[in-house]
Amino acid sequence: MLTKSSRKALGLVAVATSLALVATACAESDRGSAGGDDGEPFVFAAAGDIGSLDPFFVNDGESFRYSRQVFDTLLDHESGGSEIVGGLAEDWEQSEDGTVWTFHLHDNVTFHDGDELTAEVVCDNFDRWYNLTGEYQNSNNSYYWQAIFGGFAENEDDSLPESRYVGCEAQDELTAVIEITEYSSIFPGGFSLASFGIMSPTTLEAIEGAEITGEEGNYTLPEHAQEAGTLAGTGAFTVEEWNQDQNEVTLQRFDDYWGEPAGFETILLRAIPDETARRQALEAGDIHGYDLVAPADVGPLEDADFQVPTRDVFNVLYLAYQQESHEALAEMEVREALSHAVNRQRIVDTILPEGGEVATQFHPDTLDGWSPDVRTFDYDPDLARGMLEEAGHEDLEVEFCYPTEVTRPYMPAPQDIFDVISEDLQEVGVTVEATSYEWAEYVNQTDSGNCPLYLLGWTGDYNDAYNFFGTWFSTHNDAFGLDDQELFDRMAEVSTNPDEEERIAGYQELNEMVMDALPGLPLSSSPPSIVFAPEVDHPQVSPLTQEDFAEGSWK
Amino acid sequence: MLRFIVRRLLQLIPTLFGLSILLFVWLQRLPGGPEYALLPDDATTEQREALRRSLGLDEPLTVQYMSFLRRLGGGDLGTSLNTGRPVLDEFFLKFPATFELAVTAMIIAVTVGLPLGYLAARKRGSVLDFTAVGGSLLGICTPVFFLAFILKVVFAEQLGLFPSAFRLSPGISRTDITGFVVLDGMMTREWDVVWDALTHLALPGLALASIPLAVITRMTRAGVLEVMGEDYVRTANAKGLHRTTVRTRHVLRNALLPVVTAVGLLTGSLFAGAVLTESVFAFPGIGSFIYEATQERDYPVLTGFILLIATMYVFINLLVDISYSLLDPRVRAQ
Amino acid sequence: MPTTPSSHNPSETTQTPEEQQPRDVPLHKRKAAKVDRLAELMGDRADDTHGSGIWREAFHRMRHSPMAITGAVIVLAFVIIALCSPLIAPYSPTSQAWGNEVFPNRNEFVGPRAENLLGLDHLGRDMFSRIIIGARQTLMVGVVATFVGFLFGALLGGLAGACSVLGGRWGRQVDNVVMRLIDMMLALPALLLAVTVAALIGPSLTTVMLAVGIAQIPIFARLLRGAMLSQGTREYVLAAEALGVRKRKIALTHILPNSMGPVIVQSTLTLATAIIDAAALSYLGLGNPDASFPEWGTMLAEAQRFLSSAPSLAVYPALGIIITALGFTLLGESLREALDPKLRK
Repeated sequence: MLTKSSRKALGLVAVATSLALVATACAESDRGSAGGDDGEPFVFAAAGDIGSLDPFFVNDGESFRYSRQVFDTLLDHESGGSEIVGGLAEDWEQSEDGTVWTFHLHDNVTFHDGDELTAEVVCDNFDRWYNLTGEYQNSNNSYYWQAIFGGFAENEDDSLPESRYVGCEAQDELTAVIEITEYSSIFPGGFSLASFGIMSPTTLEAIEGAEITGEEGNYTLPEHAQEAGTLAGTGAFTVEEWNQDQNEVTLQRFDDYWGEPAGFETILLRAIPDETARRQALEAGDIHGYDLVAPADVGPLEDADFQVPTRDVFNVLYLAYQQESHEALAEMEVREALSHAVNRQRIVDTILPEGGEVATQFHPDTLDGWSPDVRTFDYDPDLARGMLEEAGHEDLEVEFCYPTEVTRPYMPAPQDIFDVISEDLQEVGVTVEATSYEWAEYVNQTDSGNCPLYLLGWTGDYNDAYNFFGTWFSTHNDAFGLDDQELFDRMAEVSTNPDEEERIAGYQELNEMVMDALPGLPLSSSPPSIVFAPEVDHPQVSPLTQEDFAEGSWK
Repeated sequence: MLRFIVRRLLQLIPTLFGLSILLFVWLQRLPGGPEYALLPDDATTEQREALRRSLGLDEPLTVQYMSFLRRLGGGDLGTSLNTGRPVLDEFFLKFPATFELAVTAMIIAVTVGLPLGYLAARKRGSVLDFTAVGGSLLGICTPVFFLAFILKVVFAEQLGLFPSAFRLSPGISRTDITGFVVLDGMMTREWDVVWDALTHLALPGLALASIPLAVITRMTRAGVLEVMGEDYVRTANAKGLHRTTVRTRHVLRNALLPVVTAVGLLTGSLFAGAVLTESVFAFPGIGSFIYEATQERDYPVLTGFILLIATMYVFINLLVDISYSLLDPRVRAQ
Repeated sequence: MPTTPSSHNPSETTQTPEEQQPRDVPLHKRKAAKVDRLAELMGDRADDTHGSGIWREAFHRMRHSPMAITGAVIVLAFVIIALCSPLIAPYSPTSQAWGNEVFPNRNEFVGPRAENLLGLDHLGRDMFSRIIIGARQTLMVGVVATFVGFLFGALLGGLAGACSVLGGRWGRQVDNVVMRLIDMMLALPALLLAVTVAALIGPSLTTVMLAVGIAQIPIFARLLRGAMLSQGTREYVLAAEALGVRKRKIALTHILPNSMGPVIVQSTLTLATAIIDAAALSYLGLGNPDASFPEWGTMLAEAQRFLSSAPSLAVYPALGIIITALGFTLLGESLREALDPKLRK
């Protein structure tokens, strides 16, 4: 009765059974522990994949973590600190009025493809950025260029400002002179931004004419930004591969590096979006370190002998009041009332990592320009309730947005923070309508002013207070809907003052002005944690989250 | 037999055709359609119109549908809003991982479920039977992602027996031929890769297997019970055939018919179930990708992947029907 | 077996001409087969016009089945808790009254104590109150989702069934079109269908209910149609037709009521599926964005990250979901078994 076909079927079942048994047997044997051997790749997990191999196009920390290992910038930050030091430039000077910057480059710097670094190359790089056209001029594709240098050689959109960049000249083999239209406090910090990584002349030649295709919201970056092989920098590592399928970037030690050679032979940067998954991967020995450790995981990880160095505080988390999206929020009394309603101390105590503190203004107190005299708002629900009643908004209804599936260096567990604030607001009689977006969409929505209340923050790019409040309050924008010409004018005035002492005093005044205008409530500044496996000699951790992985090695 | 297959293939056409219409209407015309996903909420009517024009949304529906079909025919399912790569490429990139996972889950489900269901039926009312029935009910009633998390915490985190994430250990080098890690490893004799891949498949495979395992156990049990009561089994027993012969030839064979069908169907549904499992284990397959597309409202990916999965599902059904007709001559006769 | 039908395999006797090849009609038959079988069986047995005999018989059988009793007790307890939850819950489920006692950043949680029977959640809310009130929300999600599936499924299936039985050639055409549509929906895995719906209308509790409900439509439609088809060949329908009763009236007053049995059984099973699927959608981030008001699926999804430090936060809602789903499944399955002569030996 057993026909041929059914015999086959039974045979298949038998094969399947034995396969499964093999699989189980294999799985049962012990997994080797990671680490130790010199040639073994160091695997570091980030919260997200990089956006582009060419750092110019992007503005996110994950991409910069990669690009800092591969490309060098003219200036850099001291290891483990926020002081600006030389990068490719051994030293530099600025003219009296701050418009001419002279960089003296290191000698004998070789690119990954064998080219030599000269002043000429530096200038070619800057000129390339300055002369970009088409879709490159969209702020999605050149955020930091526009933030530092404004517009381009030929602005294709009227909304772009006149470029601050005048030109670059190679004075001699190793001296590059960059001229800008007027001084601003964003210099020299701007020269340290990872977006401005210097590439080799061969690279520049190869990528000339490469275009971004697609349209807003759906750009396709050119080949060289997606496939490793074209780009050559001067960093301690070369980029071997970007596996977009596995969300993994492979870096290889560059033996002709001009500085101290890297400790690891190979580094893998892998994206694991979920923070629990990151921790489990570390505990299981799949990875040797990861960034953005959940505060609750710090203790258990330390107990298990993992190294959890703490970074210095260099960020701020705030609750924004978008004044144009909600009538009541345009009233000062309402914003004051809400500010008194939020129990910030509880957020710091129960949700943020140890070392976090309540913020009184829009940057951490470690920066020059921090003012002890700003207006403060103590937690006082009764007062808040009273103020709302007085303003005639005892039954205020307001939409409150928060991001999902994400943690930021300044904001672990966004939903918990949202829940606490939301409950605080309900407590004083405000009806909260919760809206959540995925991170990219969230940034989009909040930037376009569609959220009356929302949570957001900032990690400083370099050591300057204007890098914080200047980002939000130097002009009218949809993110806050703040329209305070006096404040904007003062911002411009202070930030372009080349005299450091006067500028710092001006910053203090600006901080006070901002808190008087109350465009949002600064919530906290907290140190984001990073973790490494016990067998790793980890690099100095940086308050700017700009770790130099070349410093790390196997113990 | 050939006629049967041809007939079944022809019958697929209206279904696939209808499916394309359904998805077209579904994703193109409902509120929150592409022009809302691509533009910020405060975009002007003009901007919306412009985008609608550039996407061809202002043309008559029939024209739009025809061009949709044309693009489908040419294998163009659009471009992912997230990665900027063609949806079809993405699908084939992620497919091998999920396929391996689904096969692993199915192997676990079949190798455990069949014997368990059979024994449960043979020893009806015993502790084993009770455990099998109760266990499978529990399997159906436990949210898959919760089970996946428990497995991960216990076996990866606490006991450290299995890796907790990914498809391969970082830094392991392999030769890529087909994209199927296990297969490639076997072909190139890179046994360390095969082993590594299998350990990575174990936990997500087990989690994904929970529902098919429960279904197969229950179906086998029910099938065997039903068949054992049939006249021909009684006849076979009565005429003194050896017990083993009766069991394999009569009982198992007939009881397994519905199970074969179920296996096919369940394999198809595993691709959907992978959405829950893969995201827990950061397993880079179709499921994780759909999960991300859901989070980020990547419409082209959602449409394309669902169409492809549904098509696959339909073809798996066809295969099931064909294998069914091989096992059961009555079907062909009709 | 008092009312055993003439053949051992009813699926071979009660097919309409169009469905005569149950294993040869395109697609998803196997998923549908179970559904159809349920429809046929019950249609078969409801020989007396009111169909009360079969229900009484089934109830009688179920009284002696431990499976059915367990299921009924669980379901009853769940429904009572859900309905009376505001009376049972000692505190407001959203109040973070003990917010200063829980430190999720240091893994310090508060377990069960006199004040809080099940301890506190990660934001200092009373876990017991949240579970109890959550039961209400969960029941609502389940019921609404099932109702959506039931309503639209019954409309489609009823239309198809009625047309097919009474409508002559035109009716058969309508039936054909509707059933093709249903078959196509069946070709999409339910969870994927739900995810698509949810992604389209954005995350909210309504989304979850709609998405899960829509995914159930084809099953209900198929079921009701099948039952109506098998009813359509009963003698009483022929008799009514012969007496000149209007077709629409026959469909509404005779066929439809007698076909509801399998649909009711399916509703019980769907409630279980709905609760589990709703949890899955919440996990995928498509659930209620305001997680402060408790619903088991959302609670479970949220508590995953504390699984190693405070497993109870996840275990309570998970147990709730599992037990409730188990209750509905047991009840539904034993109901089906009690109504199926073949499984009853």
